[in-house]
Amino acid sequence: MSQPTFTLDDLKRILLEGSGAPEGGGLDGDAQDVLDTEFSDIGYDSLALLETASRIEREYGIDLDESVIGDATTPRAFIDAVGDHLVAPAA
Amino acid sequence: MTASVVVTGLGITAPNGLGTKDYWSATRVGKSGIGPLTRFDAAPYPAKLAGEIDGFTAEEHLPSRLLPQTDQVTRLSLVAADWALADAGVRPADLPAFDMGVITASSAGGFEFSQHELKSLWSKGGEYVSAYQSFAWFYAVNTGQISIRNGMKGPSGVVVTDQAGGLDAVAQARRQIRKGTSLVVAGAVDALLCSWGWVGLHTSGRLSTADDPGRAYLPFDERAAGHVPGEGGALLILEAADAARARGARVYGEIAGYAATFDGREPGLRKAIELALTDADLAPSDVDVVFADAAAEPELDRIEAETLVEVFGHRGVPVTAPKTMTGRLYAGAAALDLATAFLAMGEGLIPPTVHTDPADHYGLDLVGTEARPAELRTALVLARGHGGFNSAMVVRS
Repeated sequence: MSQPTFTLDDLKRILLEGSGAPEGGGLDGDAQDVLDTEFSDIGYDSLALLETASRIEREYGIDLDESVIGDATTPRAFIDAVGDHLVAPAA
Repeated sequence: MTASVVVTGLGITAPNGLGTKDYWSATRVGKSGIGPLTRFDAAPYPAKLAGEIDGFTAEEHLPSRLLPQTDQVTRLSLVAADWALADAGVRPADLPAFDMGVITASSAGGFEFSQHELKSLWSKGGEYVSAYQSFAWFYAVNTGQISIRNGMKGPSGVVVTDQAGGLDAVAQARRQIRKGTSLVVAGAVDALLCSWGWVGLHTSGRLSTADDPGRAYLPFDERAAGHVPGEGGALLILEAADAARARGARVYGEIAGYAATFDGREPGLRKAIELALTDADLAPSDVDVVFADAAAEPELDRIEAETLVEVFGHRGVPVTAPKTMTGRLYAGAAALDLATAFLAMGEGLIPPTVHTDPADHYGLDLVGTEARPAELRTALVLARGHGGFNSAMVVRS
């Protein structure tokens, strides 16, 4: 079985599904730029991240710590945090 | 001497017209928006008619980010606020954030959104409930979203007094302007035409169970047997008269008087009217038209008609109920009546009361199915809320 992965495209898809597209096209830029842009600058607030985390938990069958939402303020940090849970699933 | 507060913008979402132009062109000719309920299968319910807003596509008016977090009522409210601001020629981004407030009334909050999330909760589990449920259900959500979208950080709030709320919110806005806030978005939109909302509405025991839209909502008629619910309402831009004049704004008219009472041993409607007239420094003979609450419930119709005869005399003032074309919009209804009063004064035309054949014994000069041309300087708008709320507002052109 292939290792489940969580990429920027996965994050974008779930953000758009759960919270809509930010005004100003903040998700559309160069991937390396988007990865290191603060969510608040992209156009997503803490509630959008809460909704996103909830959808990721459902889809991937994982439990994200509440701290992920508070600490991961950029897409890169968020993706890394989700990745950590994917490689070390609760047994 | 208290500062005069005027209305400089209108935003209307109604079952018989979306936007002020469509609404007024329908209303002045008696075009009704009441019809069979289509949002869900109403066959199992006693009441089957509603005033639904057709042709409203939120995606055409609002950014994508707002759609997953808003109920129909909030979407309508946001669009009505946008239209009202545009109508007033106001660009919120150009004004200091703390000089602008938002005060709305709400009867139910975001019911359809909540129904969806509660269904997810009980059928799939708590992890399937949207994070946005945390506020999307709430009575204050329309105020909050309008405030955020337009960067308005001044005095804001929500009033929950059923139908009377539409006037109470505008009165609260007037207070805040008199205390120094430059501009307030005020009024109400309600919308709960989902099956959960429909069940809730039935508990009032006041819904019409008629099948014929022409015989369903007949205030002051011998056949009156309840009302048809509708969705929509109006938001108004209120400003101090001096400030509006200084910026050269078009002024619809003034919020000249207001009072609210609560039913006790006696109905409080008469007291509300008398206090509102006193507040406006006007006599009953100064009132050119009354927009009635028009409950279409025999006892409530009797109280309203007797009150109007006591204050204004037998057939002493023209009375109309354009809400016979929209159904009762709860808090939205009184705000829409206020907006309609300004449009009526602007044109010199009292909009009709459709379908009703008024009973003679009520002693009312009810404007019938044809609009009536009249010089209108002063209008009185009445609204009663379930449980004993009475509000009266006097507006002047």
